[in-house]
Amino acid sequence: MTDTPLVIAGKSFTSRFFLGTGKFKNKKDLSDSIAAGGSQIVTVALRRIDLDHHEENILEHIPPHVTLLTNTSARTAQEAVRIARLARASGCGDWVKIEVINDSKYLLPDNQETIKATEILAAEGFVVLPYISPDLYAARALVKAGAATVMPLGSFIGSNQGIKTKEFIQVLINEIELPIVVDAGIGAPSDAAQAMEMGADAVLVNTAVATAQNPVVLARAFALAVEAGRLAYLSGLPLERFIANASSPLTGFLYDDIPTN
Amino acid sequence: MNIIINGKSQALTTAQNLSDIVSTFCKQSRHVISELNGAIIPPEQWSQTLLQDGDVLELVTFVGGG
Repeated sequence: MTDTPLVIAGKSFTSRFFLGTGKFKNKKDLSDSIAAGGSQIVTVALRRIDLDHHEENILEHIPPHVTLLTNTSARTAQEAVRIARLARASGCGDWVKIEVINDSKYLLPDNQETIKATEILAAEGFVVLPYISPDLYAARALVKAGAATVMPLGSFIGSNQGIKTKEFIQVLINEIELPIVVDAGIGAPSDAAQAMEMGADAVLVNTAVATAQNPVVLARAFALAVEAGRLAYLSGLPLERFIANASSPLTGFLYDDIPTN
Repeated sequence: MNIIINGKSQALTTAQNLSDIVSTFCKQSRHVISELNGAIIPPEQWSQTLLQDGDVLELVTFVGGG
């Protein structure tokens, strides 16, 4: 069975496994993980240059064919807009992940501020991939605001808890026309497969891969799980049932000999 | 004169343009993005942009992120 490519803002991707670049122990693990996972969309962030120490330029470890997605990692819509504009000024493209967080304990995204930033940036021609708590009304507002995808969280950032928001993500998959990318909390390939089986269009993983003992092997495992989950979805996976349904025939010759009282 | 670069005050003895500042202060030269007093200055304008006393300059670049 052949799949159709994932299309975001008119650009086609064969990989549905997005990789974040934070927390890697070294840059070789990062570039090898991108290759092993076959990721075609990779997130990066912006930070003040350290004027006292030499830092390796992360972009030199990301292959040029990969689409860079800059995470705004901001506290307000205004800050997110500023960071997005700075990212575009680098000449490295205009794809941005809008992440607005002003809670340091749970790191939950502020949906209202995210919608505001999306509206402004989409109007300026950015390709905007907003990260939200899965909420139907927020997702609808993002569609209206000109978002290119909707990226609901599976569980808390960096928690490796998997898809705790399953039913709410399913609502977005069912009701929102834009690609749904499950982001945050995906801790194991089985979580990624679950998201894809549900009909998500892609997943974004960072912490699980970056902090694994062998990130390169895990990146490959994630890629396989994403593909398996996607194929399962395309196969028309049967629905979950709450009573048993025999897989083998229960009538026939074996039962012919069973005495009935 | 003094300017603020990335939140720290720096003393400049002579007038300098943004291009000189970036090569003096940044240990990397590629993918440097500059914002002077809140306005983004594209690299092609760096050599014509003279720093003034009290200017606030932000120099940022890409790092790992999720």
